Amino acid sequence: MSRPVSYNIKEKELVEDISIAEMPEGHQGEGFFATTLNSVIGLARKNSIWPLPFATSCCGIEFMATMGAHYDLARFGSERVGFSPRQCDLLMVMGTISKKMGPVVKQVYLQMAEPRWVMAVGACASSGGVFDTYSVLQGIDQVVPVDVYVPGCPPRPEAILDGVIRIQQLVGKESLRRRNSEGYKALLESYGIQ
Amino acid sequence: MALTNEHIKQRLIEKFDTQVSSFEEPYGMLTFEAPKDMNLKVLNFLYDDAELKFRFMTDLTAVHYPDQPGRELAVVYHLHNLEDNIRIRFKVFTDINKPDVYTATALFSAANWMERETYDFYGVNFIGHPNLKRILNVDEMDYFPLRKQYPLEDQSRVDKDDEMFGRGGTLGFGTEKTQHGTITEMEKNDVGDEIV
Amino acid sequence: MSEQHIKLPEGSIEKTTTTLNLGPTHPATHGVMQNILELDGERIVSAEQTIGYIHRAFEKIAERRNLYQITPLTDRLNYCSSPINNMGWHLTCEKLLGVKTPKRVDYLRVIIMELSRISDHLICNSIVGVDSGAYTGFLYVMQYRELIYEIYEEICGSRLTTNIGRIGGFERNFNDIAFTKIRKFLDEYPRVLKEFENLFTRNRIFMERTIGAGAISADRALNYGFTGPNLRAAGVDYDVRIHSPYSSYEDFQFEIPVGTTGDCYDRFLVRNQEMWQSLSIIEQAFRKVQEFKGAEAEVYHADVPEYYLPEKKDVYTKMEALIWHFKIIMGEIDMPAGEVYNSVEGANGELGFYLISDGGRAPYRLHFRRPCFIYYQAYEELTRGAMLSDAIIVMSSLNLIAGEMDA
Repeated sequence: MSRPVSYNIKEKELVEDISIAEMPEGHQGEGFFATTLNSVIGLARKNSIWPLPFATSCCGIEFMATMGAHYDLARFGSERVGFSPRQCDLLMVMGTISKKMGPVVKQVYLQMAEPRWVMAVGACASSGGVFDTYSVLQGIDQVVPVDVYVPGCPPRPEAILDGVIRIQQLVGKESLRRRNSEGYKALLESYGIQ
Repeated sequence: MALTNEHIKQRLIEKFDTQVSSFEEPYGMLTFEAPKDMNLKVLNFLYDDAELKFRFMTDLTAVHYPDQPGRELAVVYHLHNLEDNIRIRFKVFTDINKPDVYTATALFSAANWMERETYDFYGVNFIGHPNLKRILNVDEMDYFPLRKQYPLEDQSRVDKDDEMFGRGGTLGFGTEKTQHGTITEMEKNDVGDEIV
Repeated sequence: MSEQHIKLPEGSIEKTTTTLNLGPTHPATHGVMQNILELDGERIVSAEQTIGYIHRAFEKIAERRNLYQITPLTDRLNYCSSPINNMGWHLTCEKLLGVKTPKRVDYLRVIIMELSRISDHLICNSIVGVDSGAYTGFLYVMQYRELIYEIYEEICGSRLTTNIGRIGGFERNFNDIAFTKIRKFLDEYPRVLKEFENLFTRNRIFMERTIGAGAISADRALNYGFTGPNLRAAGVDYDVRIHSPYSSYEDFQFEIPVGTTGDCYDRFLVRNQEMWQSLSIIEQAFRKVQEFKGAEAEVYHADVPEYYLPEKKDVYTKMEALIWHFKIIMGEIDMPAGEVYNSVEGANGELGFYLISDGGRAPYRLHFRRPCFIYYQAYEELTRGAMLSDAIIVMSSLNLIAGEMDA
């Protein structure tokens, strides 16, 4: 009647002992490596994102588990979680946002300095989740522009880490001029943010 | 003498005569009703009496019965006698056009926020409450959402796919509740293939 | 010239107190609640609370869902210990329907409920540590919460919002792996709890932070409707598991730890002691479950044909089982009419469910008696005259879970 776990129960062999990340393209010689400014800054930024955990409900507890020792978030460079929007890069909205809380999310987003990214963790932050009611905001993309959505109710810590990795990919590849570009300004206009 | 439901009922009838009524015992909990002007008198009696000692307020909430004109809103108090372990339920009915009930905050401080929540959801006006304003909903809300006539979902959404949720749309299966007419006239008369 | 641009509220230049907004997003408020404090220097003169920042209208949703669809809603009330909420809801439904569960089911339920009580108290106590500056306890103890999550996963598949159990019992029998994991937890955890206690209980800094902060007397606590560890810390030994035993709690031997002054230190100690008592209850339940042999060891649910899905092989071969399966999944079963109030001892206090049914498929009215909502009212009285840092410690030691407060 009951079926115990049958997938992924054998440990996988490590192909190589150490895995090395990809290098950006550039010229190298003895003692120097020249590449574009974009990739260097992207590399530096993506491995030191400071998140702002905006934890409202159950997803916040899964975030606490992600920050714990088992599913360490610190190894991705996000050791220092700050609660002040002035100092943080990534706004992680975790949990249901009600209509009473919507202006608060917008206020926190406005206080963050460019470049800033937003991650909607959980079904409630992405689209209202299970709660299709008069008092719940159906997704935070009604008030702030969102970069990565992590579905789940609550998402497993591995899923939250996957979201962080995707944010890192976005950060690494972002052009330095994006925040001043017309497209980005139009995006902010559509949310009513100057 | 042990405190049984029968005994409590006797004491209440002795004290309040015919004003307490509708004694029932669903699932073992004595339930009775009193007119809304008497609610504080009954609560005080249950609190002060040396034998009854109902000194813990477990819960305070309201129920909306739209089919009982004149008695639409029921305020329900759950009290608990911790020493003898007896629970009791006390209901007070009020008209929805004049939902004024005396507040119990003087007796139980626990009733403070519970009455605010009841006001927020049903519009019951508690007379004498120190701070009767909305607690859980947005302050600017102008209706009382848990009353039966109001819908659950936010009606101003434009991005819901009505077809997939069976609410009409162009495919027509589901109910014909939207006012624009969800099923075309042609399809309304369509009774399907003829069976030969 | 700056006065022309800044519009100050009335009387704000003349008044001598500072208004501080301990707003909905703050690292100290675990969950979203707002406190507007009036401070006189460092002392708090008054506090006004605003809640409702995560109001999800559970009670309105429940009027349109059938009984099984309400279980995921109850998960999200006190999400640190969701199995207790699920079991409480199933017990309420069983009371309405008049279902009696077999003993083995009761003992299995007790194991799950006590595990989740440990999980909730661990969060509360380690967060009190974090708020007074000690982060290590929290990280150390989160490792053991992962073990509890693995046990839930083995039984119901999910870690946090478990939706565990069905009306009448469980969806599947606990397999050997689950019992091995529970045994492993029981063997490893006492040492960890001892270390956690040693870190805080006689730690001078912790004691100076918490003794005297947020004290409340037993009379005021009863008047405010406190229940659970907060009431027991004030000196009143009211525990729903002893007063109105449910799920065979009367078969177990355990004590109720009671404090004296009701301050933060007492609450911390009461929660610690409750964790020891829960461990002992789980040991006893584990032993009792192992005593069932043979056919009895396969019992994991009561016989409730209207609400418990029949076995798949019967659905494919027998007509009645097919019809029941269809009706249960489509939610077309009518409940008996009646009104019932049932309560369980949640990690925060008495979690009550007031269910009025008019004989339809969904409840006519469902009200949750949420302990957090009721005892947060007392926050102003607890912090009057205290210093700002005490206010933070009081908030975290009360174990306020926003999901339960706003429902």
